[in-house]
Amino acid sequence: MEFQTAISGFLALYIFMLAAFTGWVIIGRVPAILHTPLMSGSNFVHGIVVVGGLFALLNASTTIEQIIGFFAVLLGAGNVAGGYAVTERMLAMFQTSEQGKAQAKHPAHGKPHPAKKV
Amino acid sequence: MLNMIPQLIIGLTNLVAAFLLLYGLKRMSSPVTAPSGIFVAGIGMLVAILASFLFVFGVTAAAKPHLSMNILLAVIGLVVGGGAAWWSGKKVAMTAMPQMVALYNGMGGGAAGAIAAVELFGDKPHGAVQLIVTLLGALIGAVSLSGSLIAWAKLQGILNQPLRFHGQQVFNGIVLLLTVLVGVTLVFYTQLPEHAVISMPALICVFFALALLSGVLMTLPIGGADMPVVISIYNAFTGLAVGLEGFVLQNPALMIAGMVVGAAGLLLTLLMAKAMNRSVSNVLFTNFGEAKAKKQGAIKGSLKPVDAGDAGIFMRYASKVIIVPGYGLAVAQGQQKLYEFVKLLQTKGVDVKFAVHPVAGRMPGQMDVLLAEAGVPYDLIFQLEDINDDFATTDVVMVIGANDVVNPAARTDKASPIYGMPILNADKAKKVYVLKRGEGKGYAGIVNLLFYADNCEMVYGDAQASLIKMIEAVRGLGAA
Repeated sequence: MEFQTAISGFLALYIFMLAAFTGWVIIGRVPAILHTPLMSGSNFVHGIVVVGGLFALLNASTTIEQIIGFFAVLLGAGNVAGGYAVTERMLAMFQTSEQGKAQAKHPAHGKPHPAKKV
Repeated sequence: MLNMIPQLIIGLTNLVAAFLLLYGLKRMSSPVTAPSGIFVAGIGMLVAILASFLFVFGVTAAAKPHLSMNILLAVIGLVVGGGAAWWSGKKVAMTAMPQMVALYNGMGGGAAGAIAAVELFGDKPHGAVQLIVTLLGALIGAVSLSGSLIAWAKLQGILNQPLRFHGQQVFNGIVLLLTVLVGVTLVFYTQLPEHAVISMPALICVFFALALLSGVLMTLPIGGADMPVVISIYNAFTGLAVGLEGFVLQNPALMIAGMVVGAAGLLLTLLMAKAMNRSVSNVLFTNFGEAKAKKQGAIKGSLKPVDAGDAGIFMRYASKVIIVPGYGLAVAQGQQKLYEFVKLLQTKGVDVKFAVHPVAGRMPGQMDVLLAEAGVPYDLIFQLEDINDDFATTDVVMVIGANDVVNPAARTDKASPIYGMPILNADKAKKVYVLKRGEGKGYAGIVNLLFYADNCEMVYGDAQASLIKMIEAVRGLGAA
């Protein structure tokens, strides 16, 4: 690959270290109320694995590679879509008292609909 | 040089995707910006997935003849896997969220494991370092897959009892050790000049079988109330596996996103464990509740049942009420009725707050989500450290389907398995009502001294049914 120098040895470790630090700092200040949506959100973020699955499948040259690669894409896509759907539903439900009063005219029966914000 | 442009586009889109995922996660860390956070992250993901199809311009010579078939398979995989998960994620009840998160998380771990399998069967990793990282990612991914599936089965109610047997930890340790040994053998043999001495594919299969078995064995003995920690730790595992496979595929976006989730998940796991006053290894390797305190202090007082309607009326004339929800509320699907009752109290001028213990429910923060679903504004919901001093000045505390998190034995009884766990000081209020299905013990199998206290009365029955009775009783007052 002409545009990518190989990520090897210490370079990889530096990337891992900085990324781990970033994750630690982002989550460190989160209120407990958001623990579930955030876990679900980070669950969605590691769905990026589907990109790796696509790479593996598109480069498959034997039947066994095709089969396993297909499962990688199938499972990864499930991770992405499910993670997004669940997180979006959860986050749409959080509201303050004022917002709650504004929406009180629409009784919250059945499925809560994501509140459209401008 | 024609394939330089697709590579440039892939590189740039992955960079943008990694940024959007991180920025989205950052926005998700505050309730105000959170809904836009998931949208931002979603855009990043979509861009990355679409750009992945540009990989077709750079495939290896060996894969060229299979390209159209591979593209077809990729599209089918994305549509079927994504479609099914999207549909289930939109349809599932809010109370079933913990198992859905566990399931999607397992899928991610499985995908990481499958990528490793493609690399291994294709004999692609170059050199010992890459091979070791591939195998490590495969092990963690496979454990996350099978472990998450067991967690899902437990939360779904398919597996009810934690499975424990004598010498379990030794047995689990041996299986894990065998997995590592097979991995080491794989590395060793591929470094030999002619590595056809043993059947590599067979050995790879054994490796994956053992890794999957490890995940199952690790999760089987863990009980329901420890599930928040388990889901959280497998989330971190999957992130780690994705990061490692990202290194193998030389894809920095996977490395960064995976490792960010790995670290975030680890921190979340530690927070959960801390809220239970236990270490993570204690949760994973100790059979909680097994070594019950044999002699419990003589129980003073008795259980005093009370009619739900009477309890409701009492609360209507109180001035300060705190509600402590637990897993029982989720089981009874009582959150809508609860908020209806609370709104009724509020119109009568009662000051009502919610107190949520960090490990109430089966997933970190599950109660917050459950109450949010019913429409409870999050500024009425208070966490342990913010509300614990208020209990002493509160007239009535209503505990709904929670048990161990309000057990005063955690403060006083050194022999108790939950001694030292921070609890909600419900017992300090003037009056406590406990809504409970029956006279059973909590998850930890400990008698709850609170229930026997002089200021405590029990409302037996289904939480939702009891709340309906309370609403009717208070409404009846208004009419009279």
